[in-house]
Amino acid sequence: MEILSNLGDGFAVALTWQNILLALLGCFLGTIMGALPGLGPSNGVAILIPLAFTMGLGATPSLILLTSVYYGAMYGGRISSILLNIPGDEPAMMTCLDGHPMALKGQAGEALSLSGVASFVGAFLATWGLILLAPQLVKIALLFGPAEYFALFALAFMTLGGVSSTNQAKSAFAAALGLGLAMIGVDTQTGVPRFTFGEVHLYDGLDFLVAIVGLFALSEVFIFLEERHGEATAESRQLKIGRLTPPLSMLKACTPTMLRTSLLGFLAGVLPGAGASLGSFISYSMEKRLVDKDGTFGTGDPRGVAAPEAGNNAAAGGALVPMLALGVPGSGTTAVLLAVLLSLNITPGPLLFTQNPDVVWGLIAALFIANFMLLAMNIPMVGLFTRLLLVPPRILMPIVAMVSFVGIYGISGSSFDLLVMIGFGIMGWILRKLDVPLVPIILGTLLGNAMENNLRRAITIDNGNWWTLIDSPLSIILWLIAIVGFILPLVIGGKVKAQMHERRDEEGAISD
Amino acid sequence: MSDRIFGVFGILLAIGFAFSALAIEESFLSDAVGPKAFPIIIAAVLSLSSLAILLRPDPEPHWPAFGRLAEVLAAIVVLIIYAEALPEVGFVIATAFAATYLSWRLGSPALGAMLIGVGTSLGIYVIFHLVLGLSLARGPLGF
Repeated sequence: MEILSNLGDGFAVALTWQNILLALLGCFLGTIMGALPGLGPSNGVAILIPLAFTMGLGATPSLILLTSVYYGAMYGGRISSILLNIPGDEPAMMTCLDGHPMALKGQAGEALSLSGVASFVGAFLATWGLILLAPQLVKIALLFGPAEYFALFALAFMTLGGVSSTNQAKSAFAAALGLGLAMIGVDTQTGVPRFTFGEVHLYDGLDFLVAIVGLFALSEVFIFLEERHGEATAESRQLKIGRLTPPLSMLKACTPTMLRTSLLGFLAGVLPGAGASLGSFISYSMEKRLVDKDGTFGTGDPRGVAAPEAGNNAAAGGALVPMLALGVPGSGTTAVLLAVLLSLNITPGPLLFTQNPDVVWGLIAALFIANFMLLAMNIPMVGLFTRLLLVPPRILMPIVAMVSFVGIYGISGSSFDLLVMIGFGIMGWILRKLDVPLVPIILGTLLGNAMENNLRRAITIDNGNWWTLIDSPLSIILWLIAIVGFILPLVIGGKVKAQMHERRDEEGAISD
Repeated sequence: MSDRIFGVFGILLAIGFAFSALAIEESFLSDAVGPKAFPIIIAAVLSLSSLAILLRPDPEPHWPAFGRLAEVLAAIVVLIIYAEALPEVGFVIATAFAATYLSWRLGSPALGAMLIGVGTSLGIYVIFHLVLGLSLARGPLGF
């Protein structure tokens, strides 16, 4: 009952004209960003963060805007998967397998609307999962001391590479690089400057928003320039959309699939290091094994469209659970959302639920509202979004670059930050070429200082005894999970990775 | 080969990082751990992972031909000039030029690129400055 009254308060926060308009805007922009190959949820949110700040939005409205973009992008990715056989973002890659064959059979409209419904079911159930699971996780997290938090951060880094990265050494490198970047600036506990090399601009540390926008948005522009891929992919192929409602029999046949994969996707999202891409992947593989008796998967089976879509949207909701309850994001886009919270001076984690209940429950209520908006937007208006796919990158990419500059300049008003951003853009481009994941870098710059502070606090409390880090059963369990999470992908990861990356979008989409 | 170079670079980075960590001046009021320990741990992780990359490299990534590489470098130079010129000439003019350049290099015909550049610049100015009230760089002409 407490949950329902909290949720009621949340709706009171979320149901103002400003917030509803922001949710609507976020859903619309998010769907576009998801649909356009080359812009995914993480770079979409990254570009918009600085703008949300410079517009002077408060904590709840900014979060509502950006999580609507996040949910919207998860919906939008399927559009180009189905129509063009190119995933709009990485989580949507599994939707190509059956979505595009359906479109070739003249059922594009049905595939789009069915996947819209599946997205809705996945996201809706996951939001309920968030409501039920997050407070339980908070109860556990309240038992955490500094040593346990240090172990938890280590766990997040060690599992983040997980199955979605191609090389564990490279994700460890990325995490260490991010942590190292976080060390730049004046040490908060003793006040001595570190790694500043006498540059006054660096005393405050690097602004992680600058790093995020550079790594995610600007590197994308460089990739497009390198490939000189300026024409829209949609132009050559025109598909008939057909009727925009799925027949009831098709919905009925897909209902068990949607329910099962929502649960599975949600669990995949909650696990650290998995994220939406893995959610859609395991949903599809499980359904294929479970119901594909006639071998119709891969040839335009509606269940093969519903499964990954419900799975990836449920995983998107699930990934919010550890981010809100523990302050440790489980995926790329939630890492970017964590940056939003930190810049708003809100520390996510167990205290968030007691100190800022209006933010948490307002956000959850907004997720419900956004979900209904997205369902309404994505079925009748899907024609509009398909037309937007015709915008070629030679128009889109300059806009992305310029909006990134506007956002960063708006925060600081200094050319120095713009140069740092360009530097991060170059770094992001090279690292992406070398297949080094970018998300651990972001997570490192975000969590580096908190991780160090917890380490130092734990050891100081115990008079300089380093063994205090593995002194409690809770921290031992966390360390064990971390070690297993790091080693397991080395053993079994290869196969899963190879299958997942078979259909990867070549030039777009940072792993989520 | 790329990964081997990358690994060597990573190890050098880790050594540099460790040296500048050791050079941090400790304050006389320090906690039990001090400001050096965590950076040194990071340097250790950085060097170990670089070593692993060096010893077990991935297949060679697809590097662009020299022409495309020059393309990216030119774009970087243009963006640096843009960042420096922004406070001098104002948002609208600088952005129009930068967006025109990017659009042209992505394959728009010259005239089309100019229209896209000017359109992008004015569009951002109207939406973000006039409607949303964001402060953009102001040049000598006031915009």
